Amino acid sequence: MPEVVPSTEAYLMLSGTLFAVGLIGVIIRRNMITVLMAIELMMNAVNINLVAFSHRFASLEGQVFTIFVITVAAGEAAVGLAIIIQLYRLKSSINVDEASELNG
Amino acid sequence: MASLLLLVPLLPALGALINGIRAFARPLEPKSKKTTNFFALASTLLSALIASYLVATSGAAWEHSYYTWIPAGVGHVSGGFLSDFTVSFAFRIDPLSSVMLMVVTWIGFLIHVYATGYMAHETGYTRFFAYLNLFMFMMLLLVLGANYVVMFVGWEGVGLCSYLLIGFYYDKNFAADAGKKAFVVNRIGDFGFILGIFLIFNTFGTADYARVFALAGAHPLQYAGAATAICLLLFVGACGKSAQIPLYVWLPDAMAGPTPVSALIHAATMVTAGVYMVVRSNVLFRLSPVAMMVVALVGAATAIFAATIGLAQNDIKKVLAYSTVSQLGYMFLGAGVGAFTAAIFHLMTHAFFKACLFLGAGSVIHGCGGEQDMRKMGGLRKYMPQTRWTMLVATLAIAGMPLFAGFYSKDEILAGAFAFHPGIWFLGAAGAGLTAFYMFRLYFMTFSGHYRGAEGVGIETSEPEHGGDDLIPSAVHLDQGDAHTDKGHGHHAHAHAPHESPLVMTGVLMILAILSIFGGWIGWPAAMGGGFPTPFQRWLEPVLLPLGGRQFHFHEASHAQELILMAASVGIAAVGIFLAFRFYKRDETWAVPKRLATRLRPLYALLTNKYFVDEIYDAAVVQPTLIFSRALAWFDVNIIDGLVNLTRHITVFAFGHGSSLFDRFVVDGAVNGLADAAAGSSRMFRKLQSGFVQNYALVMGAGIVLIAAVYLFLKP
Repeated sequence: MPEVVPSTEAYLMLSGTLFAVGLIGVIIRRNMITVLMAIELMMNAVNINLVAFSHRFASLEGQVFTIFVITVAAGEAAVGLAIIIQLYRLKSSINVDEASELNG
Repeated sequence: MASLLLLVPLLPALGALINGIRAFARPLEPKSKKTTNFFALASTLLSALIASYLVATSGAAWEHSYYTWIPAGVGHVSGGFLSDFTVSFAFRIDPLSSVMLMVVTWIGFLIHVYATGYMAHETGYTRFFAYLNLFMFMMLLLVLGANYVVMFVGWEGVGLCSYLLIGFYYDKNFAADAGKKAFVVNRIGDFGFILGIFLIFNTFGTADYARVFALAGAHPLQYAGAATAICLLLFVGACGKSAQIPLYVWLPDAMAGPTPVSALIHAATMVTAGVYMVVRSNVLFRLSPVAMMVVALVGAATAIFAATIGLAQNDIKKVLAYSTVSQLGYMFLGAGVGAFTAAIFHLMTHAFFKACLFLGAGSVIHGCGGEQDMRKMGGLRKYMPQTRWTMLVATLAIAGMPLFAGFYSKDEILAGAFAFHPGIWFLGAAGAGLTAFYMFRLYFMTFSGHYRGAEGVGIETSEPEHGGDDLIPSAVHLDQGDAHTDKGHGHHAHAHAPHESPLVMTGVLMILAILSIFGGWIGWPAAMGGGFPTPFQRWLEPVLLPLGGRQFHFHEASHAQELILMAASVGIAAVGIFLAFRFYKRDETWAVPKRLATRLRPLYALLTNKYFVDEIYDAAVVQPTLIFSRALAWFDVNIIDGLVNLTRHITVFAFGHGSSLFDRFVVDGAVNGLADAAAGSSRMFRKLQSGFVQNYALVMGAGIVLIAAVYLFLKP
């Protein structure tokens, strides 16, 4: 059977949808863990984008860049979780709305 | 020679400078009298010695210009003639200035010596000598100047010193007022003098004596008209300085100064400056018979007028003051009738005997503890014999008794007056009789009879005990400031019997008394077996330059006529002396003069009050001036100040308040408005900073969507 190769547009549709889901998650969810997960989702949407263009232009740069993004995302998750733990110790809550000390 | 001459005025100037610095650097500390004496006396003595040497060695007249003082408009031609105005600082030695030089330096030195005794107990001793030396400097400048401008500098300078020394007791009102009066009255004369100098320059194009007189002498007719105007103006100046009618009023008041000052400045030297100036300008005066006539008449009138006032004065210095005014009148009388030599001769002898009289009076005042009222003296011949004898000699000299100095000079003037007009001679002779009377009245009241001052001890009441005052209502005496006493001499009033003065004072008196006798002998008249011209006349001859090719010689009367005139004037004077003797010596109650005073009360009141001239001047000149000044002051305070204040109000309201409003509302408004705008917008925008992270994320997302939308759909 002939190999079906999806077009670049399809990858971009997927990544755009994923990014939108992640963005909405960041905006509307009040649980910090969920917000962090939504951020991961957005980053992976970007990764799909990079890999899609890497394939399209037969260049490895996009894939290399993706490896870097995954690595950095791991560190980011670690730091984000540490902040959440500290915030929980302070407020006894992981509700985003509780942390509004920086209002004007 | 020339540099030596420069020392003559500069030495006293140096003395004045040193003592002046010493006096004014620390005014309150007592100064060493010895140091003061050294600078004051050494400088005047040295100056007198140098002057004598120069007079003895310089033959003819010579002058030296030290530098060009005012070089104005050099080489400028206007109206066809060279109108450059250059004035040199130049001195001139000639027979006339030599006579003045000798009188000023030597009499000045003697009076300096006398003053060391007289002023010994005064505060301001060093200041006094600084002024006195300054006076010497200025007087020498006046005498030595070779042009009218240098003379004018000295003229003003001696006026200043006169003012300073009259007001020496500046804490006494009457002294300060007298100084002011002298200064103001002199100013009127100085104004005439300076106008005269302007006219001289305008007419002759120079102010140098030599050139002016040469021009005037060469073209007598051409300059006759201008000479009248010049001479009358110069004579106004002479009237002020030499106390002639109508400007004589300052001199009697000038007696408020210390007595040595009265002797030096107000009798012997400064007041004769007017006579010197007139004689110096004799070439000009001789061109103008009108001016000569005016000089002669004013002189004669002053001589008589002042002598009559002298009859009724009781203050010893006032009598001498009026006598000085009268004698100066004689000098002008002599100059006016053309007897210029006689005028200078009388100037010299007068310097001797009047200095002696004033210093004698000073000795009397010193001895009586500051008393100047002759009614409280008397009998002093016992207490102060040296003063008495010297004063007797000087009194005989001023009365014009033969063999005494005053006789020769006065008779030379009177002979000249007779040749001019017998009427003028009569005025002069009558004045001589009055002079003899009041001078011997002074002598007898002071030295004869019994001492009347002691009775006043302890019971110094306001009622005078002696003299005409009991008979004349006190209201007649308008002038309350009459019997002022020298300040320092008033301390020990009446406490002791009168005493003779120290040797420095009596010694000077003796020298002057000797001069009052022999000083006149160099003018021994031809009528009495002397040569013609007399040595003094021959000495002064070069000054009387030839006029129109004709040597000027005062035309003498015949010898017999002259002898008769002498006998007549001596006779009149003898009558005066005799009357004074009868009135004041024989009868110690002074019954006759008292009876005369009551019987001729209006006349007596007129004389004691000096013809009310001071009151007339006060009403005619001083009060109108004061009223005018007050009117001007009112105008100044109300109109000028009003305008200024109005301007101020306008400024305050229009600009001050206006700009204050602008500042408050516009400037401050803008600043506050800006601040309010910032605060208001901040209040608005702070709401954006909610602190909810998701809000930010929402906005950021919305922004990205918006930008993407614009990029995608609105891309051209």
